[in-house]
Amino acid sequence: MQKFSGFSLIRQALSGHQGWQAQWRTPEPKASYDAIVVGGGGHGLGAAYYMAKEHGLKNIAVLERGWLGGGNTGRNTTIIRSNYLFDESAALFDHAVKLWEGLSQELNYNVMFSQRGVLMLAHTVHDVQSFKRHIHANRLNGVDNEWLSAEEAKEFCPPLNISPGMRYPVVGAALQRRGGVARHDAVAWGYARAADALGVDIIQNCEVTGIRRGVNGAVEGVETTKGFIGSKRIGVSAAGHTSVLMAMAGVRMPLESYPLQALVSEPVKPVFPCVVMSNTIHAYISQSDKGELVIGAGTDAYTSYSQRGALHIATHTLDAICELFPMFRRMRMLRNWGGIVDVTPDRSPIIGKTPVPGLFVNCGWGTGGFKATPGSAHVFAHTIATGEPHKINAPFTLERFRDGLMIDEAAAAAVAH
Amino acid sequence: MLLIACPYCGERPETEFRYAGEAHIARPHDPSALNDDEWVDFLYQRANPKGLHVERWRHIHGCARFFNAVRDTVSDRIFKTYEAGEPRPDVNAVAADVLAKESER
Ligand SMILES: Cc1cc2nc3c(=O)[nH]c(=O)nc-3n(C[C@H](O)[C@H](O)[C@H](O)COP(=O)(O)OP(=O)(O)OC[C@H]3O[C@@H](n4cnc5c(N)ncnc54)[C@H](O)[C@@H]3O)c2cc1C
Ligand SMILES: [Zn+2]
Repeated sequence: MQKFSGFSLIRQALSGHQGWQAQWRTPEPKASYDAIVVGGGGHGLGAAYYMAKEHGLKNIAVLERGWLGGGNTGRNTTIIRSNYLFDESAALFDHAVKLWEGLSQELNYNVMFSQRGVLMLAHTVHDVQSFKRHIHANRLNGVDNEWLSAEEAKEFCPPLNISPGMRYPVVGAALQRRGGVARHDAVAWGYARAADALGVDIIQNCEVTGIRRGVNGAVEGVETTKGFIGSKRIGVSAAGHTSVLMAMAGVRMPLESYPLQALVSEPVKPVFPCVVMSNTIHAYISQSDKGELVIGAGTDAYTSYSQRGALHIATHTLDAICELFPMFRRMRMLRNWGGIVDVTPDRSPIIGKTPVPGLFVNCGWGTGGFKATPGSAHVFAHTIATGEPHKINAPFTLERFRDGLMIDEAAAAAVAH
Repeated sequence: MLLIACPYCGERPETEFRYAGEAHIARPHDPSALNDDEWVDFLYQRANPKGLHVERWRHIHGCARFFNAVRDTVSDRIFKTYEAGEPRPDVNAVAADVLAKESER
């Protein structure tokens, strides 16, 4: 692997940038692997990386039906935070934030993790009570999260409108200072490059079309558009397409797939210092280093694989943005797009074993799994490599719906976050 | 935004409706006879297909009645809507029928 550094940048600049190598190989699939990960998003690529790095597996493939990060990884608004209510969630998401903090060094790849603070706006008495409950629960779990009055929130984010005459006035906010954003593509590419350097075969344009099971029910490999590939260990990390893949192995999932959309404005000079989100009026906003406002909207009402959301959903979000930040009223939006998010009944992910021996699943991240990428990948790698969950993902089983052990973040925040 | 044909009121914009999930999931006749796995299937597991889906909608800002629809979850096209209580149609036949009629034109 060609190391990136200030020095290598200068050297390449002097030779007209002709000496950069491809960041990963483009191998043809082998006949079989020790482990296969289905889905080349951040979660899948990361899982392959940690399996190679921490569990000594060398013969691993990641199969991606399109291009790396072309799923939700490259479509999301990149909000990262860990101030979730329940102990299980706080442990999982904070595991991720801790890994984010060292990720650029770990991968020798600038993932542009920027801890500029995530401000969650409260608009109602219910919001205030719920946020304060989160803040206390977070403190007990060692996760930073603090309460700000409306005036303090405005001081932290000057463009914010806190006038009491708004339709949904801002009555306060919860602030996680360690929260922030990262560069989504770089996360996929950084993991891909580092995994490739450890010998992982990353195979793009390779759609899994079937999962083959032996007479004892255990997995034997996958049918793909590049032929059959054998493996006794398969990890499905396919976000919105999880139900489709699991059906290939005869497993029904507690998931529904919905389109979730985002949009970006024309680029402008730095005007927006942090991340602001409002679950109550459906608005999520930050400014990218390119200068675009990155805005997240809500999901459509119905399940779909169309990868585009309805216009009235985006309009609704822009109404909220204009109300919260009147100075953006005349900004023009450049692009909008959708991704397909897989939602569980309790809005918590599923990371673990399945009823099929050798088949593992990481899914149900819904509208909020980018923030978890390194943590999820890390514990999913442990699960595939050892056959048993890591202690952090042990509560996030598929069986929790049968056993009544829900991790009900739905009640806390049932929308995109 | 979808245009949805309520079987009672005719075509109306999507914002008049509320989506109500997969259709034809009948409440168990004898709930106490179900084991845990059967409960999971009834309460939480969904087909979530990429393709033709049978689903419930409610015309909440109109006649307020529930009805069912056959929709392709890739194109979001609705091939048929029908009254609640009617049996589940053969979705492939429904879609093939509509497409055949279209190609005749
Ligand atoms: C608009 C939008 C905004 C969001 N905002 C945020 C946010 O601000 N913060 C946050 O934390 N999260 C956010 N999310 C959620 C987040 O994007 C996802 O939870 C996360 O990126 C999922 O990563 P992944 O690697 O599991 O999935 P993906 O990146 O979707 O990767 C799955 C991959 O599997 C591949 N695949 C599917 N089927 C097959 C097959 N049969 N064979 C081979 N490959 C297959 C797909 O092509 C895809 O590349 C947002 C999502 C969207 C859509
Ligand atoms: Zn009606």
